[in-house]
Order: sequence, then structure tokens, then C-alpha cells
Amino acid sequence: MLAFIIRRIGQSILVLLIVGLVAFSMFNFVGDPIDNMLGQERTAEDIERLRIQLGLDQPFPVQYFKFLQEAVQGNFGVSYRQGRPVAEILLERAPATLELAAVSGILAIIFGIALGVFTAIRRNGVLANIVMSASLIGVSLPTFLIGILLIYVFSVELGWLPSFGRGDVVDLGWWRTGFLTESGLKALILPSITLGLYQMTLIMRLVRSEMLEVLRQDYIRFARARGLKDRAVNFRHALKNTMVPVITVIGLQLGAIIAFAIITETVFQWPGVGLLFINAIQFVDIPVMAAYLMLISVMFVGINLAVDILYFFIDPRLRADRAGGH
Amino acid sequence: MKKTFALSLAAALMATTVPLSAETLRWARSGDALTLDPHAQNEGPTHTVRHQMYEPLIIRDVTGAFEPALATDWAPSTDDPNVWVFNLREGVTFHDGSAFTAEDVVFSFERAKQPNSDMKELIGSITEVRAVDDYTIEIVTDGPNPILPSNLTNLFIMDKDWTEANDTVNVQDFEGGEITFATTNANGTGPYVLQSREPDVKTVMTRNDNYWGIDQFPMQVTEIVYTPIQNAATRVAALLSGEVDFLQDMPVQDLDRVNNADGLVVKQAPQNRVIFFGMNQGADDIEADNIDGKNPLADVKVRKAMSMAINRDAIRQVVMRGQSQPAGMIAPPFVNGWTADMDAESSTDIEGAKALLAEAGYADGFSIRLDCPNDRYVNDEAICQAAVGMLGQIGVTVNLDAKPKAQHFPLITDGKTDFYMLGWGVPTYDSEYIFNFLVHGRESDIGTWNGTGFDNDDLDAKIKSLASNTDLDARNADIAAIWRVVQDEALYIPIHHQVLNWGMAEKVGIEVDPEDQPKVKYFTMN
Repeated sequence: MLAFIIRRIGQSILVLLIVGLVAFSMFNFVGDPIDNMLGQERTAEDIERLRIQLGLDQPFPVQYFKFLQEAVQGNFGVSYRQGRPVAEILLERAPATLELAAVSGILAIIFGIALGVFTAIRRNGVLANIVMSASLIGVSLPTFLIGILLIYVFSVELGWLPSFGRGDVVDLGWWRTGFLTESGLKALILPSITLGLYQMTLIMRLVRSEMLEVLRQDYIRFARARGLKDRAVNFRHALKNTMVPVITVIGLQLGAIIAFAIITETVFQWPGVGLLFINAIQFVDIPVMAAYLMLISVMFVGINLAVDILYFFIDPRLRADRAGGH
Repeated sequence: MKKTFALSLAAALMATTVPLSAETLRWARSGDALTLDPHAQNEGPTHTVRHQMYEPLIIRDVTGAFEPALATDWAPSTDDPNVWVFNLREGVTFHDGSAFTAEDVVFSFERAKQPNSDMKELIGSITEVRAVDDYTIEIVTDGPNPILPSNLTNLFIMDKDWTEANDTVNVQDFEGGEITFATTNANGTGPYVLQSREPDVKTVMTRNDNYWGIDQFPMQVTEIVYTPIQNAATRVAALLSGEVDFLQDMPVQDLDRVNNADGLVVKQAPQNRVIFFGMNQGADDIEADNIDGKNPLADVKVRKAMSMAINRDAIRQVVMRGQSQPAGMIAPPFVNGWTADMDAESSTDIEGAKALLAEAGYADGFSIRLDCPNDRYVNDEAICQAAVGMLGQIGVTVNLDAKPKAQHFPLITDGKTDFYMLGWGVPTYDSEYIFNFLVHGRESDIGTWNGTGFDNDDLDAKIKSLASNTDLDARNADIAAIWRVVQDEALYIPIHHQVLNWGMAEKVGIEVDPEDQPKVKYFTMN
């Protein structure tokens, strides 16, 4: 197992390096940051001076190498737009995104699994069919449209919930939380539904089809033949065996929730890292884009690693295979 | 009895002078200020936020006219044509209570001339600022500068002692990522005091009850909550749902929606920004066309024909939903040198345009690439698409290449485009600013935005002489003459003047400011 983990970490680092290289090669196509940084009164000398100062006159592999050199020491440079260290900005913005992602993820998992089991067990029920049809909306509508629809209904027409922002936050010193105020909690509702809806329907559909598969297996029939109660059959035997592929997907989707919070954050003006990234693209804020992309790839790679390791504990067969050695 | 009457009268008087209720103005627009350091960034939204807390010597009121702020009056010196004399307002204090004197003005100008300052170009002609006494200063320029006051309306005055005490005598090194006390704190003389600020999230200011002009201006807003909201749909939703009272950067497609909503209004005015196309006439051959060895744009007849093909009324009605004013010259209407006659010098004449093209030897037309931004001006890409169709009518096949602004503008400044869209605002309200950047031949520090390749030495000399011509009538005659050349050469194809829209709750009383710089002290709330 140790060898497996070490090998996976090695692969992960390689993936990270490649992601970084591709990212840096792309920055040239996003535009020229100098244009946004100097006003229309700038002169050719100003442009040249700033370009050299920022190291933008160097070819991109050199820029990348310099970035890596600094990044391993924990220095991600200075934002072109805000003029502040990137690490500081990311830390300031991270709580908003993580809180939103956590709430969306939990909602998606709870409702996804519950509805998936329900629609699998009551396969032909009227309610289950309605849920299944409705879930198509969640899969097919783009996130920004769902967000705008929710804003239209609940903020503009009904006036129940705020259309933008995070409400009042409480500063805990190193973490600004919106969980402790009423306006903070209210502000969480619409964005977390918007962000989690796709994941919820995905989990629900996956749980349902996996569960239907499992319910057809012989051991389930035998369990029923033994006269076990429905609840024991469905939840102790069927659901448990359904969970292996579901956990993989949930793990990967957790990464997706954080990474794709970009769209939800833009629609709801949620002050998290996704909104920061969108701003960075528009302004060609290379240090912020680079740090964000690296952060997201570290996260995806880390989640994949964690999911692989989790398999060992959930699926005994994998353990046996590895223990046997190849 | 008498006594109680006097008392109640006194109470009534007090009640009328002291505002009874607290009025919060919740204000949203698409972007935030980049920094609070008064001299670190010369950028619209940044200046707008600063204007609530800091003051320059002179401001522009809602009509764009000069209004005394920290200076009470100003005039060129009678002894020396290179000197302007400013009399300063007495009895003004900064937010921390210290007194405002000439020393602070001298210090602020020196600070704004530091290498890290982004304001240094605007006051590049100033060689010295000296205090004559506590409330008089003299500004010395490197030659007579008749329009100096126009360059001072965003030049904010700081307290010398405050900057020294907080180690912010030097302008923040913005590009180097420096954070100073002045980046996140403010101590101005302005009508509002900074309470809290979280960049890109929220900035809160409260009324300065010691403001010198508290009785002179409405000052009915007691608290400002400023929130940037990027997504246009969300921004409008926030206004519709009543979470915001005042909105800048209104999307054109939602104007009717907001106007029809109960309790909301949209106010509009021509903006200080004109939109036009530039054509590279200077090169012998251009890359963007299909004609080898020749540059069709070098022929004034071709340029005139292209301008005649553009139907500005159609663009106004269809693309802009009525939110534009067709233009015939590339100066916004309140700029010195603008004339209604020249601004009407654009007409649509497809047959005439075809004839002109044939005369120039392009009866079969030609094809050319048009470079256009897609995130800078109101409906910029859609305007270009409309122009593609209109130019197609006279046989000019246009291939549209629309890009984000960060990729578009370097094409113009690096001379890599032959046919492009550009918009221009004139912070000094004087034509000289337009000539310096768009008409003068391109050099390292002048003509930097002139992508037309137009370079006329006589005209350049005339443009340079404007800077020091103190005879205003002669200067205006020169300006008119330069415009005549620009118009006759068909140097640019003017499209329209943008119209500025502000959305607001009915209780908010304010007129639209052509610079898109609302100053909350002028707001009424009832």
C-alpha cells in the first residue's frame, strides 16, 4: 500500500507540473496585462518599464520556472489588479468558497442519496417518476440560468432572499464565516442550491441505477428468501454495495463543486476564489490565475488520491489484490 | 408661558436644522476601486470612490462645470504667464481634525509627482508649487498653461502630517504589490468618512458632520454602502428587489424593465465617451485587406465612402435601443472645440459611397479585417456586426475579429491593426487632449493612441502650440482649424456618443454626471 501511495504521489506531482506549464503557455493568449494596468495617458516608456519590471519580456518557460521557484517557497507573487500578495488574497477569499461548497456538497449528498434510494426502491411509483423527470432539469439546465431563475423568483418577485453577496460575516480572526448570522445563512440558500443541484441529480441518478443493478443480484434475492426485513435488505446489503462507485463520483464531484463555483459565484457576486478568478481573467492578472489553477489542480489530484486510498477501506477485494502483489 | 414658547420654538428650529432620520445609500456598480491611495491609480471607478472622502482643489459638478472645492477661486497670475494663483478655503479640517493649509496642497502635488504616482502625467507641466501664505498657493508651469485647472479635478489633497505619522509619504508601489496605510485608510477633507473596507466586497462610509459644505450641499445621505456586483443580471436584480438604491453600469437591455418597475427610475445623459472606427492610412500596403501592393485606406475617398456607408440611426435604434447619439466628430458634446455643425457632418448615402469607391478605383470593393473589443463599450461587438452588414452594401467585405479588451487594445497601441474600433473620453474637457492622443503623429509619448498612421508635421506643430497658447480666442481658432483637417481627411469614422444610464429608487434625487462620477454630497433622499 505504501508503494502504491508513493507511486500515486509521484504521478500527481508530474500532473501538477504539466498543468502549470500548459497554463503558462496559455497566458499569452489571454491578453496583455499592461494594457489594463496603465491608464490611457501612458507612454511607450511606461509600458516598457512595467513589462521588464514584471518579467513579461521573458519567454513563458522562464516565467513558469520563476513562478515555480517562488511558489515552492510559498510566494505566489503580487496581484496585478489589487496590488496585494496573491497568497493573502486567496486566504481571504477561501472561506467564502469553502463554506458555499461544503453546504452545497452536503445538500447534494443527503438529497442525492435519499432520492436515489427512494426512486430505486419505488421504481414504478408515481412520485418516483415525477422526481426522475424533474431531475432532468437539474442535469440539463446550465448553472447560470438556474441561478438567475432563482434570483428572479425568490429575490425579485417574492423578495424573500438576497440576490447577491454573503450577508454579514463574523470574523473569527483567521476565518470569516457567514454561518453565524441570519443574513449570512439566508444568503447561502440560493447559491448553494444553484451550485449543488447538478451534483445532487447526478448522485441521485447514479445511486438509483447502481442500486437497481444491485437489487437484481442473487444475494439480494437470497436475503429476501431468508425472510430478512425490507429495510435490512435495502439499506444494510443493497445500499452498502451501491456505494463504491458512488463514493468515487462524490469525491470527484467535490472537487468540481469548488472548481465550478466560478459560475455560481459570478451570478451571486459571492466573494470567493471563483469570482476572484473571473476577475483575474478579465484583467489578465497572471499571478492570480496561475496560483488559482495550481491550487485547483492540487485539490483535484489530492481528492483523487484520497478516493483511491478510501477504496482500500471500503472494498476488501482491492486490499486482497494488492496484498497478493503483482 | 413666554419661556415655554421660546423653548418650543428653539426645539422646532433645532428639529429643522438637524436631519431626523438616518438615510443609507446602498450603491452598486460593476467594479471596485483598485486602491484608496489618492495618487496610485488614475482610473474612473477608483476616483469615484475617493471623491466621497478626498477632495481636489476644484471639482466638476453634475453638469461638468467647475465648482470650487478646496480652492475658492483661481486665476492666472498677472505678473507671470507661467503661474496660476489659487486661493484656498479657510476653516477646513481633515477627518482626523487637523487643519487644512497651503502646506498640505504643496505636499500633495509633490507626492503626485513621485515616480510611482499614476497622476504624474496629468500634472507633467507643473514645475513648482509654492505656498505664498497659509491660504494662497502659486502653481508654476514650464510654459503658459491655459487649461491647467482641467487637470486638477481628480488630484486629491492629503494631510501632510497624517501621511508622515502613518509612513505613507511615498505613493504606494501598486505594480510592486506594496500595501501602505493609505491604501486601505483615508483621511481627506471630503463629505464622507471611511468606516470599513473589504476590497471587491464592501466599502462603508458615513457622513462627515464637520464638512465645510454641510449647509451648502444637500448631504442627505448619512451612510454609503458601496458594493461591486459584476454580473449584469444580478446587478439589476439587486435594484429590482430593493437591495440596492442606486446603480451605475446599467445594462441597456434592462432599461425598460427598471423604468417600468414600481418605485424605480432610470436617468440618462450623454456620456463623456465617443465611439468610432480608426483606419490605417499611413502604410503603403496593409495586411488586413485583400489588395496587394496598395492600401485602399490611404485614399481619402475610400475613407469617406466607408463613413457614408454607416447608418448611425439604424445602429442607434436597433443595436443601442435608442441609447446613443449619432456622432459626426470624435469629440463628446461638452468638450471645448465641439460644434453642433461638425457633429452633424455624417450622413448615410449608399449610392454616393459606391460612386466614391468607383472613383478611387475600387468599384468591385475589397475585403478587410475589422478588430473590435467585446467587453469594453456598450454593445461594442454588436455595433461592429452592424457595420459589417452596412459596409457590405457598398462592396467592402468586412471580416470581424472581436476580442476581449485586454487583447484588442494592444493591437492599436502596437500598430497591429488596420481597421479598428476605439472609444475615447476627455477628462480635461478640451480638444487638445484628443489631438494629443489621436491626431498627433505617433511618437513615444504623444500620439500613442493614433493607429491611423496619419502624421502631418504642420498640424503636429499646431497641436503642440495649443499647450502654451494663453490667448484663448486664438487657441480656439487653432482648435477649429485642426478639427477641420481631421474632418476633411476623414481620419476617423465617428459612430456615436454613448449615453450614460443610472438606475435608482425614486427616493434618490441626483442627475447623471457625464463623467460617470456620482458625488454623494449632491444626492437628496426623500
